[in-house]
Amino acid sequence: MTWDLTSLLLLAGLGAFHGLNPAMGWLFAVALGLQERSRAAVLRALPPIVLGHAGSVLVTLGLVTLARLAVPPRPVAYAVAALVCGFGVHKLLRRRHPRWVGMRVTSRQLAGWSFLMASAHGAGLMLLPVTLRAGDTAALALTTEAVTATAVHTAAMLAVMTLLAVIVYERLGVAVLRKAWFNLDLVWAVALIVAGGALALTA
Amino acid sequence: MLVQPDPTFYPSPREAMRGPRERLAYVALLDAGGGGRPDGLATVDLDPDSPGYGTIVHVHDASVPGDEFHHFGWNVCSAALCPYAPHPHVERRYLVVPGLRSSRIYVFDVKDDPRTPKLVKTIEPETVIERTGYSRPHTVHCGTDAIYVSALGDADGDAPGGVFMLDHDTFEPLGRWEVDRGPQRLHYDFWWHLGHDTMLTSEWGTPNMIEAGPDLDLLVNRRYGHRLHVWDLRRRVHLQEIDLGDEHQMALELRPAHDPTKTYGFVNTVINAEDLSASVFTWYLDDGVWRAKKTVTVPAEPAPPDLLPEPLRQFGAVPPLVTDISLTLDDRFLLISAWGTGELLAYDVSDPFHPKKTGSVRLGGIAGRAAHPAVPGRPLNGGPQMVETSRDGRRAYFTNSLYRTWDEVFYPSGISGWMVRADLGEDGSLALDPAFFVDFAADGRRAHQIRLQGGDASSDSYCFP
Repeated sequence: MTWDLTSLLLLAGLGAFHGLNPAMGWLFAVALGLQERSRAAVLRALPPIVLGHAGSVLVTLGLVTLARLAVPPRPVAYAVAALVCGFGVHKLLRRRHPRWVGMRVTSRQLAGWSFLMASAHGAGLMLLPVTLRAGDTAALALTTEAVTATAVHTAAMLAVMTLLAVIVYERLGVAVLRKAWFNLDLVWAVALIVAGGALALTA
Repeated sequence: MLVQPDPTFYPSPREAMRGPRERLAYVALLDAGGGGRPDGLATVDLDPDSPGYGTIVHVHDASVPGDEFHHFGWNVCSAALCPYAPHPHVERRYLVVPGLRSSRIYVFDVKDDPRTPKLVKTIEPETVIERTGYSRPHTVHCGTDAIYVSALGDADGDAPGGVFMLDHDTFEPLGRWEVDRGPQRLHYDFWWHLGHDTMLTSEWGTPNMIEAGPDLDLLVNRRYGHRLHVWDLRRRVHLQEIDLGDEHQMALELRPAHDPTKTYGFVNTVINAEDLSASVFTWYLDDGVWRAKKTVTVPAEPAPPDLLPEPLRQFGAVPPLVTDISLTLDDRFLLISAWGTGELLAYDVSDPFHPKKTGSVRLGGIAGRAAHPAVPGRPLNGGPQMVETSRDGRRAYFTNSLYRTWDEVFYPSGISGWMVRADLGEDGSLALDPAFFVDFAADGRRAHQIRLQGGDASSDSYCFP
């Protein structure tokens, strides 16, 4: 199986995009660091957050991989397209934020929280149209594909998150949020719908 | 939906102090005439550059009489920036105003014209009681995941009182908050240490213990509340009870340090059953256990019996009746309202265990009747009661009514409502602004809780230090 450069860039770009989003975890890491007045606490919070996010993505891709083993490519593509589109519409209509845990969290809870945030955001769903670009059907190839896609996505996310968390903790301070926390909910919902639509058209 | 966070949300109390100065205040008005007139929500001009400075610019009457407006609050606030449940693009635009007597809750929208709040929703008492099992809603705080409201009692006006939640999008009551209330029965105020997932609640009395007026028997027998309760904010379970001592009757306003890394706060007790004094306690976390320690005592003041209302004549003294306190956003100064003696006191609480008195102004009072510099010849009644401090900690606004049936006992000639401003110096000194005296005499209703446009020192909580 081979990834083309566009796919890799798309996967990494989406990872960076999720890394940028304060709601996906770096802000939580900064808050925990400020609470303990320790940069080590910031850095300690990042691995569980990233693992939780990766877990959510992997579950999504894994389920679709299973479907691809059992069902011919076209129906899978149409089903995924409908799922991604439908989720986008859902995000457009219902703007709710997940609520779980508080400021005193264990690493496990932090990972669980990140899993929830990523799932509620539809982080893995956005990767589906990209992974479906590769036309493999063999079990091994598909599994490798899902794992690689998650790894590329997660590595990009980790890099961006770490950089941001450290810069905000050390230099900028959280006041930067007041201007720089842009509301991308609408853009994200529309992007999901477009990605789903594009997949349906090219299937 | 906003593109950037609501500009009135601040990640930390430090940032909030740098925000723009307040221009408007919303003030709860209580009808005490009993002639079928409703309560109201007044808008007061706070802008010193405006020709209307210190005047009432608008009053929105409630739909029906008999609500007894008390402590209202915002739909969302800076807690929306908390990293574990972020929703930074929701707008701070609704005031949630509970009726303490009626159990009715009004929601006003102040976005389109901040001077003229618009009533957008009414939650009827039956709905509140049916969904939550509570009645007599009292204090409103915007939380990280919902609007939290305290309630003094159950449907029959008995214990337990507690906390219920409103959905912060639809304002529908979501039910009672507590999963396990342990020994907690009485209720009054609540607030939290967000950095420690800890809630505290305080105790006044059940509706049946307070609605007819202060009960001397209950007081002498020390039956009003005198405890704090500590809760796990996430799991909603009771963790610990702190008994302040049963002589310290009525533990009311909770003011945790605004800095979320700190683990202490202040609570006032209204009257000591032994010597009529009032106190402030500092609560703190000590090696995993929450404790409290008395750190301020305001003594009773001797007064000639003929100046005193019936229940106080036998004592020949005025109790200070500390009924409200306010902590500046830098956790540096604590303002204390002595409603009985008519004094607003300022304390430096940089060391929370050793407060130092830094300032005082006198206005009204049961025996003192001190006048305001704006109307020097006119003895005022009522005393400093609900006090609210500006975000920058430089100005305090306060009003003079407590609670209708209690007003009548301590100020039997009836309270004439006013709202004033005191400036808090860098050194903690207090001085009345001679140009700011809002007289509610013409309106006839009494002024109670004040909320400042864009947030104040008791409206927001923060997840970042």
